[in-house]
Amino acid sequence: MAEPLLFALVALPFLAAGLVAAAGARSRRAAALLAGGAMLAGLLMLAKMAPAVFAGETLYASLVWLPDWGLDLALRLDGLGLLFVLLIDGIGLLIVIYAAYYLPPDDRLGRFYLLLLAFAGGMLGVVLAENILLMLLFWEITSLTSFLLIAYKYKDLDTRIAARMALAITGGGGLALLAGLLMLGEMAGSFLLTDILGRGDQIRAHASYPVMLVLVLLGAFTKSAQFPFHFWLPNAMAAPTPASAYLHSATMVKAGVFLLCRLYPALSGTELWFILVSTTGAVTFLLGAYLALLRHDFKGLLAYSTISHLGLITLLLGLGTAFGPVAAVFHIINHAVFKASLFMVAGIVDHETGSRDMRRLSGLRRSMPYTTALAVLASGAMAGVPFLNGFLSKEMFFAETVALGGALRWLMAGIATLGGVLAVAYSAKFVNDVFLGPPPTDLPRTPHEPVWMMRVPVDLLVAIVLIVGLFPQFAVAPLLRTASAAVLGSPVPPLDLAIWHGFNLPMVMSIVALGGGLVYFTRREQVFSIADRFAFGLPSPVAFERVYYGLVAGSRALLAAVDQQSVRQNFGLMLIFTAVLGLWSWQSAGGPWLGHLGFGSFGAAELLGLVAMALGVGGVVRMHRQRLVAVMFLSVVGLVVALAFVRLAAPDLALTQLSVEVASIVLLLLALRYLPPDVEAEPEPKERARRWRDAGLAGMVGLGTAALVLAMLTRPFDTISAWHIAQSVPGGGGSNIVNVILVDFRGFDTMGEVAVLAMAALGIQALLSGLKLPPAVGNASREADRYPIMLKMMMQPMLPLLLAIAVYLFLRGHNLPGGGFVAGLIIAMALLLQYLASGIEVARTRLRTDFVRLLGLGLGLCALTGAAAFAFGRPFLTSTHGYVHPPVIEKFELASAMVFDLGILMVVVASLVLALAELGTLSTREVREG
Amino acid sequence: MAIILALGIGLMMAGGVWLALRPRSFSVVLGLTLMSYAVNLLILMSGRIDRRVPPLALPGAEDLADPLPQALVLTAIVIGFGMTAFLIALALKALAVNRSDRLGEGAVPPGDEGKD
Repeated sequence: MAEPLLFALVALPFLAAGLVAAAGARSRRAAALLAGGAMLAGLLMLAKMAPAVFAGETLYASLVWLPDWGLDLALRLDGLGLLFVLLIDGIGLLIVIYAAYYLPPDDRLGRFYLLLLAFAGGMLGVVLAENILLMLLFWEITSLTSFLLIAYKYKDLDTRIAARMALAITGGGGLALLAGLLMLGEMAGSFLLTDILGRGDQIRAHASYPVMLVLVLLGAFTKSAQFPFHFWLPNAMAAPTPASAYLHSATMVKAGVFLLCRLYPALSGTELWFILVSTTGAVTFLLGAYLALLRHDFKGLLAYSTISHLGLITLLLGLGTAFGPVAAVFHIINHAVFKASLFMVAGIVDHETGSRDMRRLSGLRRSMPYTTALAVLASGAMAGVPFLNGFLSKEMFFAETVALGGALRWLMAGIATLGGVLAVAYSAKFVNDVFLGPPPTDLPRTPHEPVWMMRVPVDLLVAIVLIVGLFPQFAVAPLLRTASAAVLGSPVPPLDLAIWHGFNLPMVMSIVALGGGLVYFTRREQVFSIADRFAFGLPSPVAFERVYYGLVAGSRALLAAVDQQSVRQNFGLMLIFTAVLGLWSWQSAGGPWLGHLGFGSFGAAELLGLVAMALGVGGVVRMHRQRLVAVMFLSVVGLVVALAFVRLAAPDLALTQLSVEVASIVLLLLALRYLPPDVEAEPEPKERARRWRDAGLAGMVGLGTAALVLAMLTRPFDTISAWHIAQSVPGGGGSNIVNVILVDFRGFDTMGEVAVLAMAALGIQALLSGLKLPPAVGNASREADRYPIMLKMMMQPMLPLLLAIAVYLFLRGHNLPGGGFVAGLIIAMALLLQYLASGIEVARTRLRTDFVRLLGLGLGLCALTGAAAFAFGRPFLTSTHGYVHPPVIEKFELASAMVFDLGILMVVVASLVLALAELGTLSTREVREG
Repeated sequence: MAIILALGIGLMMAGGVWLALRPRSFSVVLGLTLMSYAVNLLILMSGRIDRRVPPLALPGAEDLADPLPQALVLTAIVIGFGMTAFLIALALKALAVNRSDRLGEGAVPPGDEGKD
């Protein structure tokens, strides 16, 4: 069923985050109300959609986004999503209330709520995504925003390290997950969950299933802090307690087990799944519980307990029994509720006493009786005491382990009981050390009950702990059934949620766990001394930082070894690589080098051109140290190229080449003033060796290019321009086909190219503006002939003449050689000659043109001409043309492409003048050396 | 004609590459200019060289040269100029910063980027 409300549900926290950030600057209250309102609105939307989901429907919403990549904005709401939305928005609401009282008054709350809401939005996206790539996107949002939440108190170094650790681990897992999900999508032939969940057999039978499974599990395990990736979670306690309560009870760490649940029908049921998931879960379950008891900081204790409970949930999902996933979902609910309340209790104690150290805290039951009652109930749920919610799911867990067959049964039952013993012990430690015993003596603050609004969220959560614990069938069965059905992908077997199932094996295990836990707790001093003896003295943040800096140093060393930071070397490598590629493709294509056309004949003119060119190239190469001479030789080559264009029937190219040639020479000459002379002492042996190598490389490239030219010219092939030739007059309204192609057929291309030219000009301006350079040695004195009188006299008649030629070439350009490019070049050259003749200041004041503005105007004209076609319902840059009969001149053709050409002309003029004038003005602010 | 063009283009490429591998920035600009000449001719040739009539769609015109590569090369020439100008500006900026026009001198050592 389609349900557009789903989009609103996901988008709401992000929108609210923006508002909260704005409101937070002004008022704490407004920020809190907005954030709470967003969470509440999410719950109301969920309430509207819930009946359909409870009736067994799955709601969908989809928008096409990037269909070619299999990426659509597709969302779905089924039972599992419903459960998680309830947790995210429900507990989120409580956290918002709690944080308003927890965070110090000088904290404006805006930043906290902004991050919290963005994180909640990411979580909602993860649990509601129908497209797994979209899910991954939101998954990364949760990684990033949780990083920011953990680093909330960023001025503290340990906090920053902790946040970096969390990001490195969960972000690294996200990369693995990306690879895994891409593989999964390939295997299933779709990135939509609906398809993937229905193709489990196909996926499990696939050859790359093991690789994909490992990658996906890496993503899930890092997020859910499973061994050996668990160490980021205790350090993440550096976050403010409301954030910890949110991240480590209902949301962040649950994203990993959510993923396991989500993909359960597609991935589970294999030997590999069983081994990987249940082993990881079991190890994490025991290790977390064991380490929790050793903590003296109660937030640390809760963190390790969280790791342990996540291990339990993972273990349940790994077992593969019929009720395993049901028990897992049930424990997800219960753990979220009691752990959120415990974190909040911990925050209250921290807030009211100023300490988190259980060796200093003691006997708070006297000063905080109400909070003590809440803490005892929530801890009881954590330990699995009857009549509290944690007991029920733990009983189900025990029942699942004994439901296994064979030797595994006793192994798993043993692990479960042992974990239960440890859980009772650390829960007892928390209650005993903080709330029981003699009154505290050395606390920073005198403990007292918190303001009642701070306790309300805990009250609510503990009430749920009790209600679920006492009346499970009534309180939680429908939700559990709906959510579990979504995990199993099939209807849930009949549920029997009851406190008393008779005196059976799980009951015995519970009794053993409770009794054993209390015994273990009373012997804790012995445990501590043993643990101290075997502890290794490297705390995880230190180890992490060492690895981190080691990696950074390693990659820098590698980079330094590979990249010598030398343009020459990189260019040489690039050429060699290109040559290898060329030879390889030649080799693999097969066939002879030359075609059958032969080398063709040539006359004296062509031979003369070749000789002139060879002289030019040789001159540039030989004389490149005498730069002025080299520029002259270069211009010879340029002229020969222009002649070649004429010979090859390309008059437009010859015109352009000639104009550009003039501009290039002026440009190079302007630069010469500042470049230090290229005099060389006796070359070092190293440089001498380099020359041979460079010469070899150059020869190779030259030969290769010549061979390529011959291979191309000796083969017959048809060109693709028949259409352009045929359509030039009827379609483009011009007989100069080259110009019609430029301004009409491939106008968009041309527009991009003049934009590149404009960018180059602006880049030059940015590079050179304000630059102060001393003239090179020997150039400083050549100032007497600054404004040559001959040129000045000549330019007076030349300027209008040149402009007239430009206008002529521009106007005829659509039909005969000419056009915007050539006309622009000529105008630019005329203006620059004016600059040269009368000096830059004089010319500037006389011309009074802002060339940057002209540049923008030209580009704008091009774009506008293109966009004008929209007004007639045609695609961008569609041209039109017609004939006008102005007086005096005869029939005259006018094409809209001409306006486009005018835009090109303006850009060309502006770019050239900007580039060259900027170089020219360098001389007006030269610094004198010495 | 084919052999003339092949020799000419090969010559310009070889000279261009050799110059571009010299240690001074100005030589690199010269080299790149030579290479762009060569490449422009190469692209133009992909429209064949045997048709000798300029691509003007005038009445009765036959056997026109291929206009498409000409259009491509025309913009390439202008952009080539833009590129040369940009390189020159870059070279002058590098000269001002490094007080040398040698390539690779005064280069930032790896890992120190963005420290200033």
